[in-house]
Amino acid sequence: MKRVGVFICHCGTNIAHTVDCEKVAKTAAEFPHVVFSTDYKYMCSEPGQMVIKNAIKEHKLDRIVVASCSPRMHEPTFRKCMESAGLNPYLMEMANIREHCSWVHPDKEKGTEKAIDLVKMAVAKVVKNTPLTRSSIPIHKRALVIGGGIAGIQAALDIADAGYVVDIVEKEPSIGGRMAQVDKTFPTLDCSACILTPKMVDAAQHPNINLVTYSEIEKVEGYVGNFEVTIRHKARSVDVSKCTGCGTCWEKCPTKVASEFELGLGTRKAIYTPFPQAVPNKPVIDRDNCRYFKTGKCMVCQKLCPTGAVDYTQEDQLETIRYGAIVVATGFDLFDHSVYGEYGYGKYPDVITGLQFERLINASGPTAGKIKRPSDHKEPKTIVFIKCVGSRDEAKGKPYCSKTCCMYTAKHATLVKEKIKDSQAIVFYMDVRTPGKNYEEFYQRAVDEYGVQYVRGRVSKIYQKGDKLIVKGEDTLLGKQVEVEADMVVLATAMVARSDAGDLARKVGFSYDQHDFFTEAHPKLRPVETHTAGVYLAGACQGPKDIPDSVSQASAAAAKVCGLLSKNEMATEPIISAVNESICSGCGLCISICPYKAIDLKTITERVHGKMLERQVAAVNSGLCQGCGACTVACRSSALNLRGFTNEQILAEVDALCL
Amino acid sequence: MLKNLEEVRVFMERINLTPGLAQAKPIRDSLKEHCGTDVGRCYQCGKCTAGCPVAFAMDYTPREIVRLLQLGLKEEALKSKTIWLCATCDTCSTRCPREVEPAKLMEGLRQEAKAKGLVADKRLDLFNDLFLQLVEKYGRVHEMGLILKFNLLSAQPLKDAGHGPGMFLKGKINPLPHTIKDNGEVKQIFARVRALGGEGK
Repeated sequence: MKRVGVFICHCGTNIAHTVDCEKVAKTAAEFPHVVFSTDYKYMCSEPGQMVIKNAIKEHKLDRIVVASCSPRMHEPTFRKCMESAGLNPYLMEMANIREHCSWVHPDKEKGTEKAIDLVKMAVAKVVKNTPLTRSSIPIHKRALVIGGGIAGIQAALDIADAGYVVDIVEKEPSIGGRMAQVDKTFPTLDCSACILTPKMVDAAQHPNINLVTYSEIEKVEGYVGNFEVTIRHKARSVDVSKCTGCGTCWEKCPTKVASEFELGLGTRKAIYTPFPQAVPNKPVIDRDNCRYFKTGKCMVCQKLCPTGAVDYTQEDQLETIRYGAIVVATGFDLFDHSVYGEYGYGKYPDVITGLQFERLINASGPTAGKIKRPSDHKEPKTIVFIKCVGSRDEAKGKPYCSKTCCMYTAKHATLVKEKIKDSQAIVFYMDVRTPGKNYEEFYQRAVDEYGVQYVRGRVSKIYQKGDKLIVKGEDTLLGKQVEVEADMVVLATAMVARSDAGDLARKVGFSYDQHDFFTEAHPKLRPVETHTAGVYLAGACQGPKDIPDSVSQASAAAAKVCGLLSKNEMATEPIISAVNESICSGCGLCISICPYKAIDLKTITERVHGKMLERQVAAVNSGLCQGCGACTVACRSSALNLRGFTNEQILAEVDALCL
Repeated sequence: MLKNLEEVRVFMERINLTPGLAQAKPIRDSLKEHCGTDVGRCYQCGKCTAGCPVAFAMDYTPREIVRLLQLGLKEEALKSKTIWLCATCDTCSTRCPREVEPAKLMEGLRQEAKAKGLVADKRLDLFNDLFLQLVEKYGRVHEMGLILKFNLLSAQPLKDAGHGPGMFLKGKINPLPHTIKDNGEVKQIFARVRALGGEGK
């Protein structure tokens, strides 16, 4: 005979205001199997928990129902309370009579009625509960950081400083990411390279950090604490153990191509490092453009290399490494503004993006820091900046605000006025958003001290007239059409997810949103975790972010990783899917539906009519399963059941409500 | 001069927003239903006005018309010249980042202004009616007939008389109207619009 105790919480007046708690407790006392029922002002408080513990002892209760707030709030509290009373913590059910009842229903009578129903359901369910036990899995103390931009570098440094081995996997030949392309940083205007390069060197020299550049993630298997990651080391065509980075090869290479790092504004050789401060300072051969790989002739780099490091025969190599935790820090791409016909379909050479402008003003950029128009290399006197290009545009771009453009446009305009004294910088804007420490002051300085002219309105058209660009807009504060004859136009293009972000998310097995930005587990309270245990996020791959935000998020992710790696093993939640092998038909429908890649097929041997037969059935990996229940819905033969939420338990709830 | 000063004074007057704002929601809903445009979505960026080829002649810019509607000041919008100057070139609708479609909105407002007798300039209304009358009759517009009728009815009979002979000699105008093949079909279009509750004189 089961002995159920029911405890109704007033939550101060939160529940009691619209639910007659005493009445609920009295009614619940009549439900089958209920041997004790009471109500109390704050069930979660110390004395409240004592009420529960004493009742368990006094009335020999073997399971309980607590009717209070959402289980998200206090389920752990009451489970602990059960444990300390000597009962299995999973023999407790919560009825949510606050969020699901008192907070949403103003009518006390009906609210009370609903609360009684909710308690009735919980009682029916708890009667079918079985004791569940947590298991534990070992944790491999090594972390993987995907992406070697500022977020990845910061996360790796923090994890490495805590004493764990970290690998940074970067697909480009050098770490540094977007920050390496930026000239100055707001709001202090200190040089980006000056603060980034030391961090890059720190990462390279740290005894706990391995830089794995020019490599990509091929496959991720396993689960928290035990990820098996296959990394593809792309053929560099240069033996890094021999190369000294002397630079002879890229000086003498005869092939010039547009540099990705310079965003098409400059050139690089076919054997190259992306930028002079590259870490590691070892080149790669771009095989699509190399003369040797195209024609079989040339070999200049190999002949001239003093250490014989150039190796044309290298091939991609796969390596599988085990990790306990993964930080994803893959950064962002820029919105392609060629969708805007009114801005010239990306065809006007003097209409450039903000990041291209960063290269133009950078001392190590293609113009050695002199602002020159890409078309005729003349110094522009009137520069128009257009904000929200691709951002806040549902028709042709993205609906979201890219967050960083207001500040970098203010920075660009300031730098224009600083570098070209007799210049005019005009910013077309819709709103100026500067919520950051010293950000508003920075913007005001651009307006007050540097005389940057802000015009409120979205530009409708840019067209070429002679060597000028005519920019047409409305000054919405004046209610008049305006136009500017500009020498150069800089578009603050939106930050968008990497084009291969979705592929990576599917490979690693975590979720991403409609814009392909990676989804955090909770927008406020779990901002650096994903829904997949052991996988964390840092930087702009999660959403548009500036450098300070990316760095803070990276350190936060590192703290989470260290917290995980500091344990030798971790307890796993027992509320996971279980397979009834005797009725599983091995159809595999659950495998494709599982968002966590937690289900696989396995072969079992069974005796049928005296013969031993082999067949396949589903097998749930307890480390990966997050207990979402999707498979149990999909399973046609009901062979899958979620522990703690079995079909039998759910049906008992439905019966309690409907019969 | 005095009249202009008076206009300026009215223009600069402080608007009491309270009564208008109470109407803003119903106005937004009815425009959604009748014009298929949602003025509530507009974030006042001005891209519509920036590219408008006739905004220079308007009393309110297209963006300001939407703003009036957002604030529930619909009568002001209906009385404006703007809605009659709109050439329905659709540049605004093509470029609007919020898909508000100002051109569609202007058409809806024109219909309502006409129904409520709020047309800003009677001559605009007259021109519109005469134009459609001719199209109904001949299947296309008869330029000379339109000029003559419009100038007579708007009490400026000799306004364009000086241009007449020159244009006639160059074959730009003709005293006799052209008709199109199967004019009956155009007449049927007009009949159908009237049957559906549309106006037509």
